[in-house]
Amino acid sequence: MASFLDRSRTVAGPGYSRWLIPPAALAVHLSIGQVYATSVYKSSLVEHFGASLTSIGVIFSIAIVMLGLSAAVLGKWVDHGGPRKAMFTAACFWAAGFFVAALGISTTQLWLVYLGYGVLGGIGLGIGYISPVSTLIKWFPDRPGLATGMAIMGFGGGALIASPLSNQLLRAYDPAFDGASGSVADGSAVAKLFVTLGVVYLVAMLYGAATIRVAPPDYAPAGWDPSTRKQQAMVTTAAVSAGNAVKTPQFWLLWVVLFCNVTAGIGILEQASPMIQDFFRDGGASAVTVVAAGGFVGLLSLGNMAGRFVWSSTSDVIGRKPIYMVYLGVGAVLYVLLALFGQSVTAVFVLLAFVIISFYGGGFATMPAYLRDLFGTFEVGAIHGRVLTAWSAAGVAGPLIVNRFLDARGTPGELVAADYRPALLTMVVLLVVGFVANLLIKPVAERFHEPIDQTSSAPAAAR
Amino acid sequence: MSHTSASPEHSEAGRRDPSAGAQKALLGVGWTLVGVPLLYGLVQTLRRVVTLFTG
Repeated sequence: MASFLDRSRTVAGPGYSRWLIPPAALAVHLSIGQVYATSVYKSSLVEHFGASLTSIGVIFSIAIVMLGLSAAVLGKWVDHGGPRKAMFTAACFWAAGFFVAALGISTTQLWLVYLGYGVLGGIGLGIGYISPVSTLIKWFPDRPGLATGMAIMGFGGGALIASPLSNQLLRAYDPAFDGASGSVADGSAVAKLFVTLGVVYLVAMLYGAATIRVAPPDYAPAGWDPSTRKQQAMVTTAAVSAGNAVKTPQFWLLWVVLFCNVTAGIGILEQASPMIQDFFRDGGASAVTVVAAGGFVGLLSLGNMAGRFVWSSTSDVIGRKPIYMVYLGVGAVLYVLLALFGQSVTAVFVLLAFVIISFYGGGFATMPAYLRDLFGTFEVGAIHGRVLTAWSAAGVAGPLIVNRFLDARGTPGELVAADYRPALLTMVVLLVVGFVANLLIKPVAERFHEPIDQTSSAPAAAR
Repeated sequence: MSHTSASPEHSEAGRRDPSAGAQKALLGVGWTLVGVPLLYGLVQTLRRVVTLFTG
């Protein structure tokens, strides 16, 4: 690979503005956040391939599983190779995923869509997701929650952009498609959409790769004293390698925390539209229209995005452990209220769901800073990548739990509030498990720390 | 790799940094490039959210 991509070529000088880093990170996260906007063309693909909804849903599932696997396997390479090389690679994989999938749609070969968007795109997702995280943490040692919250907010924001943009592009490529519920675009329009998105995201992510910079060695922002970090019990100044981190109970407790938080959030996100209609069903008809239910889904997207930034930034003030107690503890209480009283007033239902989803987003965005606190910055990107396998597992477990309960009651869109209670209360149990796991987290034992002489040189490679 | 002034990290650091003026321009360009699409997404989503309250 060209030397332009090497870590040594990306190290900034002392006067470099750190506020140039978040736009580079956002360029990547806003692009890969498209993965949450697949519902726009899902029905079109079902029609085009003559396949079941499940067969098309598998494309998304493969992408999320590949995200977790690639982040886990390639995290160390990302940390040591530097963010520019990682972002460049992520851009190539993510764009190639769209192009190969477009070929699959054009030639009506679903396996090519699995390979393209699912496998190649999923690898781009995994590398892209973790690529700016460790860099941001090192540029913002005083506010790591704010920094990672900004980038990971972009992942939520990516869907907000891709969803209406895809709709408009599909209408341009297929005049018969009006974007309304029940309307499907033809296959060639979806293929053209994939090529367009591939080109746009390639350019955006390459911009991020070109402008990202690594903080100079021993960087500290003006007016910030690194010694203040030593005063906090849950914040280490030591370094733990990714290999050692997975041997600690703290790593696995955090894995459980993320798994429980994500599974519970997916419980609502997965069924948001039919759920709000079912909660306010009286007899056969629902008081909430399909259009209004679409508005509810939009509101949840906003809550998801806002939570990533607001709660993660708040964690810089109140601490990582307390904020996860809020996500999981208060989240569990809100889930109980939703299950028992959600059907009373629409505004109550909407408010509870909005806050719950903001906690879901916050859980994602605060994780890198929590990892930094416990394991240090040495290989935080690689450790984050390994923790993200919890997301993949939750992506499978969450829908499975909810669908199994709901299938036993009937078809979502024809149910009533009481039919959701078993699924929602199961999520409460999961949140309580996550709450206990978070409570058990203590500072990492010294035997897992890297030797001082090693940390003084090795992190230089990981900076 | 030792953590000394002879390390590639130190010797390369800041060599390709743009000037302070160029950094200000890059700040404007960078935040606009990510801010405008994000604003578009927010506005479009808010328009959808309105339907929740208007039916």
